[in-house]
Amino acid sequence: MAYNKALPQATPETQEFWDGLKRHELRIQKCVDCDKFYFFPRPFCPLEGCSSSNVTWETVSGKGKLHTYVISHRGFGPWAEDTPYVIAVVELDEGPRMMTNIVNVEPEPENLPADMPVEIVYADVTDEVTLPHFQPAN
Amino acid sequence: MPNSQDLSHKVAIVGASETAEVGNLPDRSMLQLHAEAALLALEDAGLTVDDVDGVATAGPTPAQLTEYLNIMPHWIDGTSVGGGSFLMHVGHAVAAIQAGYCNTVLVTHGESGRSQVGVGGRAPGPATIAGQFEAPYGVWGPPSMFSVPIVRHMHEYGTTEEQMAEIAVATRKWAELNPRAMMRDPITVDDVLNSRMIAWPLHLLNCCLVTDGGGALVLVGEDRANDFPKDPVWVLGRGETSAHTLISQMKDMTEWTAAVQTGKDAFEMAGMTHSDIQHAMFYDAFTHVPMYALEALGFVKPGEGGPYFAEGHTAPGGDFPMNTNGGGLSYTHTGMYGMFAIMESVTQLRGEAGERQLDDLHTSMVHAPAGMFSGTSTLILGNE
Repeated sequence: MAYNKALPQATPETQEFWDGLKRHELRIQKCVDCDKFYFFPRPFCPLEGCSSSNVTWETVSGKGKLHTYVISHRGFGPWAEDTPYVIAVVELDEGPRMMTNIVNVEPEPENLPADMPVEIVYADVTDEVTLPHFQPAN
Repeated sequence: MPNSQDLSHKVAIVGASETAEVGNLPDRSMLQLHAEAALLALEDAGLTVDDVDGVATAGPTPAQLTEYLNIMPHWIDGTSVGGGSFLMHVGHAVAAIQAGYCNTVLVTHGESGRSQVGVGGRAPGPATIAGQFEAPYGVWGPPSMFSVPIVRHMHEYGTTEEQMAEIAVATRKWAELNPRAMMRDPITVDDVLNSRMIAWPLHLLNCCLVTDGGGALVLVGEDRANDFPKDPVWVLGRGETSAHTLISQMKDMTEWTAAVQTGKDAFEMAGMTHSDIQHAMFYDAFTHVPMYALEALGFVKPGEGGPYFAEGHTAPGGDFPMNTNGGGLSYTHTGMYGMFAIMESVTQLRGEAGERQLDDLHTSMVHAPAGMFSGTSTLILGNE
């Protein structure tokens, strides 16, 4: 069945992030001046007081830690059949945090301790879109 | 440059009213709820629509409201950033009146949250920041987003589901004393923990209601503040800010950083400190939200919020009464509840709170999010 959940639509500033995922690469931006990564994509550094446009795209490890999450027991539209599912924030080893779903694990609190190591799963949900999901790291 | 303290105690709330009823009101549209509350608040002040020369509202645009009321004010504020918008309007009105832009400001709220009569939709488009970086993961509204930081607070501080359930229990005790409250039956911690799972660690009874209703305020400057039927409720301090929209971009999942700032600004303007605050209306969209507020505003240390609520300080008979109308959890929650939080502070400071009235009350703090831990506003109100 065709994927019928909300899909992202890239803007010029975020295109590389989504194109990278399509190639199964996690691409995020780094401020050359601060020497730090940031997320979500924008063509200037959002770290405090910086605003430098001296930024680059880097391919990162796709490894991180489970920072925080909820286990959603309700879901709207096509999500209803997925309940319960995990809406999480992961902290990448490179520093930034991003929202994701934690997959390939039974969604129970005891299976999802905070700071658990996680790794990216490239979910090719349509021909055009790949979402960055995460699973417990091997 | 003027100092914020110069604006403290210069503008007062002299008219205030909620809609005649709150709860389930399928016979009234969103705009009519604004108008009903507006007319009642003006009546409370002994004024009419013709006296209004400043208008602030959130939800509909100021133009929708002025068209509906058929007025053309000299000052408008359409700051519409969520539940705390009305607290911001009060702060903005203080400056506008002091600047001479207008003399009589009407702030209105109305929402058909439950019945959805005459309301517009607002889903984020797929190319927005939320549409790209949160919507694809199945978030479906505040219970699945505002709740995301909680596990981190539990992990860092040992905060428990039982402690958060105590917040719902304490708030329900206040609702038992409010005949207008939607939920008035006593509840226990077990009732909360056994209620339907919504988004762990949130159960149904950790979540606010969804209702219909409205409220409105009338503000004037100190030169006229004592010319009205009711004693003035003074605006002593205010703070506001705007940070992130995405819950995943909250900088510290254990701290409501925006509230740290707005609390300091409000205290500074009022020239007050924590021990001066006798009553609190801390917006309770979910049980953890007033817990984060209590810590961020500095009433307890980070991590002490859960135990503090469990000790009963905020419940009837406690030494720091909070959410005394029964809160968004048990009284009413239209969607942007901030107006009702202000309204309860005004009601208490006027001595009109009936069975739940607090004795010797002179100060109250109102605090609300505008968005989820992002935009934030704080007010300090007083009656002396």
